[in-house]
Parts: sequence; structure tokens; C-alpha cells
Amino acid sequence: MSSILKIKGVSKTFGGFTALSNVSLEIAQGERFGLIGPNGSGKTTLINCVSGALRNEAGSIEFDGEDVTRLPAYQRTRRGIARSFQVPRPFHSMTVAENLTVPLEYIAHKGSLHVADTHAEALDLLRQMKLADKADTPSRNLSQVELRKLELARAMAARPRLLISDEAMAGLSGSEVEEVLEILLALNAKGITIIMIEHIMQAVMRFSQRVVCLDAGRIICEGAPAEIVKNAEVQRAYLGA
Amino acid sequence: MKFWIGAALVLALGVGLPFLPINEYVFYAGYVVLTFVVLATAWNILGGYAGYVNFGPPAFFGIGSYAAVVLFKSLNAPLVVQIAGAALMGGLLGLGVGAMTLRLRGIFFAIATVAITFILETLMVNWRYVGGATGLQLLRPPVELYASYTRMLFAVMVAMSVGAVAIARYIQTSWLGRGLRSLRDSEEAAEASGVPTLKLKLFACAVSGGLMGAAGAPMPMYLSFIEPASTFNLSYTVGSLGGAIIGGMAHWAGPIVGAILLGTLQQVVTVTISNEMNVLVVGVLLVVFVVAAPEGILGLARKVFRR
Repeated sequence: MSSILKIKGVSKTFGGFTALSNVSLEIAQGERFGLIGPNGSGKTTLINCVSGALRNEAGSIEFDGEDVTRLPAYQRTRRGIARSFQVPRPFHSMTVAENLTVPLEYIAHKGSLHVADTHAEALDLLRQMKLADKADTPSRNLSQVELRKLELARAMAARPRLLISDEAMAGLSGSEVEEVLEILLALNAKGITIIMIEHIMQAVMRFSQRVVCLDAGRIICEGAPAEIVKNAEVQRAYLGA
Repeated sequence: MKFWIGAALVLALGVGLPFLPINEYVFYAGYVVLTFVVLATAWNILGGYAGYVNFGPPAFFGIGSYAAVVLFKSLNAPLVVQIAGAALMGGLLGLGVGAMTLRLRGIFFAIATVAITFILETLMVNWRYVGGATGLQLLRPPVELYASYTRMLFAVMVAMSVGAVAIARYIQTSWLGRGLRSLRDSEEAAEASGVPTLKLKLFACAVSGGLMGAAGAPMPMYLSFIEPASTFNLSYTVGSLGGAIIGGMAHWAGPIVGAILLGTLQQVVTVTISNEMNVLVVGVLLVVFVVAAPEGILGLARKVFRR
């Protein structure tokens, strides 16, 4: 399988703190990839570097054969890297449907001015996320699980080829986790590569084909989910055996 | 379509009214009120839509006034050229301010815009050509068509207001406005949704600054005089912010309602009570609206009619 994302020797420091040191990773086209690690291990920093919210000091990031290391975030989104945020960041002055029209307008329909079309498309996406009944609700009135779904729906509206889900299930109940998991699996079935960052181990284990564990900005282990849970270092650093 | 019919009516009224034998004072005061309509509308493009609070309207207004004076003194340029030059200078200053948004947000951005006002004022105080601190007396060229220069300026300001509102309305209702709203709510999420936030902010700053500069252009001729302290006066900040906040920042009509109300009230209080009292009135109104009706008169009206 060909790689859609190549992370080569990426390092990122904040002042004297090293958040990522020399991280290299390849994600295959269509893969379901899990990223785990304790709090502060650099998971979100890594995906911030991939999505362009942060610039890495060393190393390069290649998406679909193109070096995107120096591109601003919006350019990367337009090329097909979309993400959800760990702490939901809805456009709170807009309704749920309007939240989706922003990426639809700026990416899918760039240059055309047919707001009506984007609205129909937004509704379609919301239906897939089982959020259609909330289309005209102001996004500030949503519940936690609805906000998480909105994050994913808005990321999907950018028509990504790589979707990064940053703790989309944190703080959700068992049945809600199940719901989000199903959504992600369905998206992957459509050919979208997915990187899942998650603390809920059952979800990561069920979802991922391959898992990487970060600790203090380094990759300490990589492998199939079953191997990961047995790995001594992962148990020490993260699972707490 | 309805908007354009309304705009044409206002324009016709504004151009026609000064021909009628109405007391000169109406146009004298009306001009000031209309100036605040343009300022509040322009301010709202950056402050309301994009959420960047600009405390520096006097800087933009002042750079426009001085650009007009320089053009008038050096080239004897007609008013239209003065306005165009002022808009250009305001727009350029806007681009500079827009670049600051890269690093400064919230209160820090606001403070920086105040600083720019002081810097520009100091520069003008020390520039002999435009009169320095003592100011410069200007001789109005003769007017054709209208009975007085003030009447002509009133018509010009009506046209400018209609233009400013049309621009603000276009921005608000187009993809530009939705992009600005998204970055006001969350810049990171906007970027992640494919919105080029820096470009949009630069655009909003330039348009907002250009309109404020244009609003300042006729002022020296209106007063037949220019000097730095009144040109870079913070009352322009209060007028622009106040108009937008009192009227409502979410909709293009808000700043019009707010600026007309506030401007008229200020004129009335200045004439009937005193100039000091007018500052107090504005202050009290601002506090009341920020606390009781943060969405302005328009937001209040929407709530009432929904009930």
C-alpha cells in the first residue's frame, strides 16, 4: 500500500520543553491508525504539526507525495487533511448547518456562490452523522456528544482524504462512544484514511489496524493493537501495569 | 433588490434635500451624523464581523483628513480626488494594522491601535507643511450647483454613507462575511475549515480603514481648518464603537441605527445643554447597552418581535 502521509524526523519545542523529538511515521492510504500515549506525550502537538496549526522546527511532512511542511493550515485542509478538535471549537454564532457551510464554501465550492447548494450538502452530511434534526439549532446549544459529532461533520465537509480525530470520544458515555466509533468506521469504509487519537483503549483497539504509542515526544512502540497492549514499555508509560 | 431601491431613494433624498430652502444648520449637523454612520459601518466590518476591536478610528479618519489636505495644498486636487487619496491611505494603514493581527489579539490588538493614533498625531504635530500643532487655515474653493459648500458636503456624505453600507452589506451576506464570522468564533477552526484567516483579516482591515479614511477626507473643508488634536480626537473612537454597539454589530443595519441615534442625540445635547454633557450621555448609553442589550437595538428588536 502507498503512504498518504509521511512524517520524517519531526521535532517541536516550546521554549525549553521538547514536545516532539525526531518523530517519523508513515500512514498508508486507507489505513485506520491509532495514536495513544499519556497526557502531555505530544499526540496533539504531532497532529497540530500535521494539520498546520503549529510549525515543526525540524523534519518534514509529506502529504500525498507533496511536501506540506511550510504550508499554512488552510492550504493543507484544501489539499485533504481535515481534523477535529479535542476541545470542540464550533463556530458558536452560527447554526449547526451554517458551521458546515464554511468548509463547504471555502473548499468544495471555492469560487462559486451557490449558498443553497451548500445547505443541501450540509444537511446530507448531518444526516450521515445523525445530527440532521439539529441543523437549525445554534451550535452553542449542543450537548457534548452533539458537539463531537459536529466537529467530525465539519471536518468531513472539507472533503478530506485524511481525517484526524482528536479525542472525539473523550467524556462520552458507553453508547455514545459506540455511536462515534460507528461513524468513524463508516467513513473509513468510504476510503478515508483516519488517524484516531484516543484515551479510551477499547475504542482504539477495536478501531485501529495499527497503533503507535508516544511518550515524552518519542515513539516508544508501534504495532498491531494486540501487540501494543502486551508491550512492556507501553504498560509502564501508559497503561499502568 | 429591495435594498437597492432603498439605497437609491436615500441617495436621491440626500442629493435633493440640500436644494430646498431648509435651515443651513440641518446640513451642518447632519454632515457630522453621517460621518459617524460611515465610521460606525466601517468599524463594524473589522470589529463586528471579524471580532477585532479597533480603538484607532481617529488614526484612519485623521490620515484621511491629512491626505486630503496634502492633495489640496500641493495639487489643488478636487474633492473627489481628495477622497480617493484618503481612502487609499486609510486602506494602506489598514493593511499595516492587519499585519499586526498576526501576533496581537483581543486587548493587545486594541491597545496597539490606540498607540497608532498617538504616533500619527505626533507626526502631524511636527509636520510644518500641514501646519504642525497650530494647524492650517484652508480656503474653500467656490461651489457650483449648491447654495453653499456645507450643503454640497452633506450630499457627498450621504453618497459615501450609502456606499459604505452597500459594501458592508455585501461583505456580511457573502462568503467573505461567513469567513470573517468563522474566524471571529475560532481562528484555528476557521483555518482547519479552509478559511485563509490572514488574507481575510487583511482584507477586512483594508476595507474598514479605507472607508474611515474616506470619511475623514471632507472634514478639513467642512471646518475650513485642520489641526492635529481635534483630527485625531478619541471622540471618533467613541462614535464609531458606540454607533456599532448601540445599534447592533451582527447586521449591517445596526451601525446605521446606532450612529444616527447617537449622533443626533449628541448634536441635540451639545446645542441644548453643553458639550461636556454630550460625552456623559454617550458614556451612560454605552454602559447601559453593553450590560442590558449586548446585541444592540437590532438584537433587542428581534427579541421583542419574536415574542
